[in-house]
Amino acid sequence: MGMLSDDTEQELRDIEAVEERIQQALHRRDVQARISGVAAPLLTLVALLIVWEVIVRLSRVPLYLVPGPTQVVEKLGLTLPLLVKHGWVTTYEVILGYLLSIAIGIPLGLAIFLSPVFARSVYPLLVSSQAVPKTAIAPLFVVWFGFGVLPKILIAFLIAFFPIVINTVVGLASVEPEKIYLARSMGMSPLAMFFKIRLPQALPSIFAGLKIAIALAVVGAVVGEFVGADAGLGYLLLIANGTLDTPLLFAGFVTLTLIGIIFFLLIEAIERMAIPWHTSQRNGGAHESL
Amino acid sequence: MGYRRGHPPLQYDTGESRAHRDGHPLDSLISTAVETYIEAINVSKVYPTRDGPVRALHNVSFTAQRGSFISVLGPSGCGKSTLLMIIAGLLSRSSGSVKVNGQEVTQPLTDVGIVFQVPVLLDWRTALQNVLIQAEARGLDLVQYRERARALLASVGLAGFENKYPHELSGGMRQRVAICRALLHDPPLLLMDEPFGALDALTRDQMVVDLQRLWLERQKTVLFITHSVSEAVFLSDQVIVMTPRPGRVDQVLAIDLPRPRRLAMRQSPAFAEYTHQILKRFLARGVLRED
Repeated sequence: MGMLSDDTEQELRDIEAVEERIQQALHRRDVQARISGVAAPLLTLVALLIVWEVIVRLSRVPLYLVPGPTQVVEKLGLTLPLLVKHGWVTTYEVILGYLLSIAIGIPLGLAIFLSPVFARSVYPLLVSSQAVPKTAIAPLFVVWFGFGVLPKILIAFLIAFFPIVINTVVGLASVEPEKIYLARSMGMSPLAMFFKIRLPQALPSIFAGLKIAIALAVVGAVVGEFVGADAGLGYLLLIANGTLDTPLLFAGFVTLTLIGIIFFLLIEAIERMAIPWHTSQRNGGAHESL
Repeated sequence: MGYRRGHPPLQYDTGESRAHRDGHPLDSLISTAVETYIEAINVSKVYPTRDGPVRALHNVSFTAQRGSFISVLGPSGCGKSTLLMIIAGLLSRSSGSVKVNGQEVTQPLTDVGIVFQVPVLLDWRTALQNVLIQAEARGLDLVQYRERARALLASVGLAGFENKYPHELSGGMRQRVAICRALLHDPPLLLMDEPFGALDALTRDQMVVDLQRLWLERQKTVLFITHSVSEAVFLSDQVIVMTPRPGRVDQVLAIDLPRPRRLAMRQSPAFAEYTHQILKRFLARGVLRED
């Protein structure tokens, strides 16, 4: 085997230089994309806040109508202990309501999938339970269970468990028949088939349901507090509303939003750990921007 | 049947030579060389539908000898996949009987390797783990079979891809993983339902060559469903040509070409003669229409 001719070697070096350049350009674009992924929304938020502040100052709108961002932040600082105390009550209600919705929602979804008879009997009841507005049920729960955390937990549960049930059923049913044929020809027992094939296949759908449910659980807890409470962020919002303390109202919004975001990110983190094969695909495996 | 390169000597030679070896007087009475492995007798499949019964298969009968490569060839909808599923025990038949290895098929066969038209890989497992599930399901020693899985993947050109997930592999690669999975436990019977249907022509050619090599290395009975005439003739000892629905056996063609067959053989007159015979059948039956 002789050496490559000088010409071919030069060609090779040229091509390699081009490849190197293109690869570096891609790398640079990747880094830029990642930075802008964080910077862009952040800068947009800051820009909006500035615009908001400027409008409030220039228009001299009264505080009880529209507070500016600086006033909201000031209020946040002043009432931090209050916000934490009530925030914790709401958080507690959300967590318990959410866990309950998982504890009931997933087994229910499983039962609906496994037994057509059960599905036929339970499904219409399930759907009707969702048709009833929870704001209408909430006062009933207060009458039954008082002003404590229980009614809020139950409302949160009632709103949150439905998407979990539906997504569990859909996920379990999403296995292609060929996978089942394969499992049978491998001599797998139905139990092994369920744990090795059906359940992993169902997880992406179940997690989608879990993410929807956490957002709904927060709504449910707050709705429950609106109807009758003596603690919690919903309760705080009502107080702020009643006393026209709009900065406090805004501070409450911000806290509630933060809680919702943290919960959502938590579920997403758990999802990334549980089904890494799916999440990496979703965010785009090998991609090339031209 | 022709020369099989690299093929270990058959366990059972003709009755005479066994008699020579063992010297037992009854040996010469034992049935000869090849034994029937798959036996389908008057298999029919009828589907009840809202518009009336649909006959997918009508009195299909054939036999396949142990260690032979049988193709079932026919147009779409002729019931060849149904036939394979019935033989695999994954679908019930409406009438007739199916015997595999002398036993009536009443439930899903487990001593098989099965490959479908789609790779059917588990997205959450790597290529190696996908192949290994065959051993896991059967409770086999994973340490030993892991090495075997690696060797199989390497033999189909997937060395270095063991830890890739299905979404990182091309269609052809996934199908090769599926084939390795079907071979891991060295089953005596391989059932393949248009395994190369979703692949491009070049990949198909390569897979056909690889499949022949894998088959020649082991003594397996293969039932291969295809709608490609040249694939059927290239790979098989026997081609079972089916009619359009309701599927019936139109013709059983014995392919007497020497092995190992090479791709270039497809241009040979002998090969062309076989494909021509099948083409004539298809034209006669209206599977293909020319004016």
